[in-house]
Amino acid sequence: MIDIVLTINGERVEASIDPRLSLADFLREKLHLTGTHIGCEHGVCGACTIHLDGVSARSCITLAAACDGHDVKTIEGFEDDSTMSAIRTEFSREHALQCGYCSPGMLMTSYDLVTRFPGLDEADIRREMSGNLCRCTGYQGIVRALQNVYAMNQQQD
Amino acid sequence: MKAPSFDFVRPASIAEVTDILARYEGDARVLAGGQSLVPMLNLRLARPAAVVDISALAQLKTIEVSSSEIAIGALVTHAALEMSKEAGPTFDMLRKVASGIAYRGVRNRGTIGGSVAHADPAADWPSCLLALDARVGIVGPAGERQLPIAEFLLGSFTVALEPGEFVEAIGCFVDDDKRGVRRVVAGALSSPAVVLFGDQGGWPPQLTSDAIAAAISTAAPAVEGDHIHFHAAAVLRALQGGLRP
Repeated sequence: MIDIVLTINGERVEASIDPRLSLADFLREKLHLTGTHIGCEHGVCGACTIHLDGVSARSCITLAAACDGHDVKTIEGFEDDSTMSAIRTEFSREHALQCGYCSPGMLMTSYDLVTRFPGLDEADIRREMSGNLCRCTGYQGIVRALQNVYAMNQQQD
Repeated sequence: MKAPSFDFVRPASIAEVTDILARYEGDARVLAGGQSLVPMLNLRLARPAAVVDISALAQLKTIEVSSSEIAIGALVTHAALEMSKEAGPTFDMLRKVASGIAYRGVRNRGTIGGSVAHADPAADWPSCLLALDARVGIVGPAGERQLPIAEFLLGSFTVALEPGEFVEAIGCFVDDDKRGVRRVVAGALSSPAVVLFGDQGGWPPQLTSDAIAAAISTAAPAVEGDHIHFHAAAVLRALQGGLRP
């Protein structure tokens, strides 16, 4: 077991963990932050996407032990965030989910796009979202939701 | 699946890393960004006795640029290279290759040194860096040394690291234009990239099927007979398209 201290959603967390524990399992099993979903467990599907030190990362292929001293933000940490709220509203409006399994990862990646790129067209959105797999929607609603967010942001500018 | 058990160590200095690697006698794996190693642990394709996390070594996270060379620290992420601002064809190629690796979430953690040390033949950096004649900076118990990447990569997942050694940096030339070097790179074979040098005078180079067949034979000795010409015809067609002004 090794001891780690990290920040999760703004709060200091201390834990003693098995080194083989992934960040995803640490969040879900030890901290009961079950908004982060686990799909493929080898970095392909994007369901476990979180933000590590402010940038997106895959928590299933990140060891919790390697996060000692770092800052983690999960989907639960965006409750009061207006940008995430706008993305969530558009996901809902455009039926950008069916079973919802991929949605936390989709939202985390969407947030990363919206905050990093001031404007993206449909092809850009599809390329940038290609690391998050959805087996229900065919992606149409997800792409439309992001297009809506971009259109709203441009109106505000 | 979940990773098997291993010892986890996070050294604070390069000397400490080489000590630990030597102590585990080849049964320790270096963890940089973990974007190849951790999936392999999860799938139990790798079962090291120890994982040595070098991510605390800040001196391996820098990019140093001179008029002739770029020295990229082993811990520089694909995302950092994707976002680098320097001008010139070498940087254009590094940026282009970096931006095409996996997805942003992976690029934010995956590192160039990790990718080169892992030597997955399906990875983007080995073929790109072979094409750029990159050099691999290695550090170990006996100090530092450099190898051309063509000598560093011995084969699939096999590299020329001695016990206790690990990759410290990657060096690339950035003055190809001044030295009159032009690279035309065509892939992908299960071999080093096929690098064709343009005619000294003209650009775009006058590429012939025979010259390309010769370059393919050099890069991929296992390709034999008529197969060389099948590849050469395809490469020529692709290059003619790609080099059209």
